[in-house]
Amino acid sequence: MHLDHQDGFPERHTYSAAGPVRPDGTRRALRIGLGGPVGTGKTATVAALCRQLRDELSIAVVTNDIYTREDAEFLRREAVLPTERIVAVETGACPHTAIRDDISANLEAVEDLEDTVGPLDLVLVESGGDNLTATFSKGLVDAQIFVIDTAGGDDIPRKGGPGVTTADLLVINKTDLAPYVGVDLEGMARDAKAQRGDLPVAFTALKQPGGVAPVAEWVKAQLADWTAAQA
Amino acid sequence: MSRAALLVLADGRFPAGGHAHSGGAEPAVTAGHIKDAATLETFCRGRLHTAGLVAAGLAAAAAAGLDPLLLDDAADARTPVPALRQVARRLGRQMMRAARATWPGPELDALAAARPRGAHQPVVLGLAARSAGLTPLDAAYAVAYENISGPATAVVRLLSLDPFDATAVLARLTGDLEQVAAQGAEAADRAATEGLDALPAASAPLLDIAAEAHAAWPVRLFAS
Amino acid sequence: MTRTLPRTDTPQAPALPAGGLRATARITARADAGGTTRLPVLDGGGPFALRHIQSHADQARVCLIGAMHAPLGGDRLRIEATAEAGTSLRVTAAAATVALPGRTGDPATYDVHLTVGEGARLAWLPEPLISAEGSDLRMTTTIDLAPTARLVFREEQILGRSGERTGALRSRLTIRQHGRTLLDQETAYGPGAPGWDSAAVLGGHRAIGQYLVAGPEFDDKPAEVRLLGAAAGGDADRGQGVLAPLGGPMALATAVAPDGLALRRLLDEAAAG
Repeated sequence: MHLDHQDGFPERHTYSAAGPVRPDGTRRALRIGLGGPVGTGKTATVAALCRQLRDELSIAVVTNDIYTREDAEFLRREAVLPTERIVAVETGACPHTAIRDDISANLEAVEDLEDTVGPLDLVLVESGGDNLTATFSKGLVDAQIFVIDTAGGDDIPRKGGPGVTTADLLVINKTDLAPYVGVDLEGMARDAKAQRGDLPVAFTALKQPGGVAPVAEWVKAQLADWTAAQA
Repeated sequence: MSRAALLVLADGRFPAGGHAHSGGAEPAVTAGHIKDAATLETFCRGRLHTAGLVAAGLAAAAAAGLDPLLLDDAADARTPVPALRQVARRLGRQMMRAARATWPGPELDALAAARPRGAHQPVVLGLAARSAGLTPLDAAYAVAYENISGPATAVVRLLSLDPFDATAVLARLTGDLEQVAAQGAEAADRAATEGLDALPAASAPLLDIAAEAHAAWPVRLFAS
Repeated sequence: MTRTLPRTDTPQAPALPAGGLRATARITARADAGGTTRLPVLDGGGPFALRHIQSHADQARVCLIGAMHAPLGGDRLRIEATAEAGTSLRVTAAAATVALPGRTGDPATYDVHLTVGEGARLAWLPEPLISAEGSDLRMTTTIDLAPTARLVFREEQILGRSGERTGALRSRLTIRQHGRTLLDQETAYGPGAPGWDSAAVLGGHRAIGQYLVAGPEFDDKPAEVRLLGAAAGGDADRGQGVLAPLGGPMALATAVAPDGLALRRLLDEAAAG
């Protein structure tokens, strides 16, 4: 994943993410995965990204819930995108399997979206809240965001784990709660730096206006790289 | 080619989407019909000799080189509810993706082109087995095993059933499994000369009814 | 719904070497020059007696009488009914059919072949088939439909008369349209059928039924899935079922119930649309 970030998007070695071009010759959408523990704000991040970017980009969302369709239903209710742009993958109670070990259903969902709603710039693939070790397969996404929050305690970055250490972007959400839960944001930043080296970290407070801006900027930069690489 | 390819094809980790499906076990658990290892075994035996037998025949016939498009129609005729037809096609498409990555071949490409929305999963699995150099009987074994290992794995998650007990259930069903695989392969052999009506068409009314009821649940753990 | 009926000997039935009957009954409905449905062929045979009951509007009506006397083990019975182009035929039965054990232990066979021509209508609404303890029946129903044919078909199977265990009952239902098989279903219940009473197959139910409606109107508007009885949230003792569209222009209701009465209610519910 470090390499992903530096080189743009190296050739995939699995058949499933067979290159950046769709069968009709057009460039496929950039796929970004969002993972992280339960309740940290993954769905809220997806919703905020959609609201922020939907006027300039053609976006779709794939959710991977533990219980069927819950997150997709939430996003539809919130009307962050037209209903047909939000698809739920059923995971048999194991979202981490569906995003990493057997990505076939997610790949179907992504390709179906591109077929049914037309050319897309960006597909956000959200994992159901799982655990600190859940990461996306490179066969499924081009880059991944790992979302944790201050309410989960300031030792999460120090503990590491594949999500925290290797995600292309680490989002530490709910910074507005830090004073109330006794969390040291600077300490979290130091720990994250120690675990992640040069990989970026974004601090967010999604409840506040423009709270998702750092993540949106990062997504746009990814998309610019993707577009340039495939031009 | 090598018989060892059967181990790859039948592995529960073969990435073809099966993990998200309970094979009707979720509604059976909710209805109280599956509550322990004994009732899981009864359920799996019934499923194996009905849906499993049909799938074994289709897979063996596809592995034997019978026309996969005609087999796909035969699968439709043997699947009287749309929920299960849709699941079979979705899983078939996922199996196709995995099969073309593992054992690429022109027959798989042709079926993928002819059925872009997916062919019935046992047909695709049979063709994958053929592409891997496996025999019709091998294909019947793989599909019949998957037919009961899926529900057993699902019940471990749904009931927190002891995984040793669930695996012991599968071990106790190996005799039935051999019988069903042999029946499927033998029927496929006859279908080559007598036509596809020779393939098994065993139906399981409760699996059909429960599949449609389950598809309408607003909240569920498994896709089917 | 289950009844016990005595067997009566039927003199016209030729005996097979194995001691069973071999009999075929035939019904053909044909439109006359004025378009009225006539019955040029109405041949009973063996245990089957056919009665042309009063026609209703343009529909010819036939009642099957005496099918309850068979099949016994070893019997080979067959019914062929054809509704030729433009006709309307309705076939019912006077009573349930009971499969009984024979003297030899050989299975009995009972084959029903229905053909419905262009623009024709066939309603095939017999009474239930009851599998008595110790019996062994292999039944096939084969239906050939022209593209514009209309069919209403009901099949009910009761496993065991009241208070007894079921016999062995294997049944295959095949529906073809224009040579293409649109439904192929085999059921196997009772001794020798592994897993038949499991929660995947019958789960303790003793009455199983199907109700099928075919017609060109389904080409434009496929049936919508409808859950029946307990599957729709009703009481478990009502049984359960589902009405669903098939691959072709037809809809099939499948139901299981504790007894024949509850089963008929579910199938009537499906038929009521």
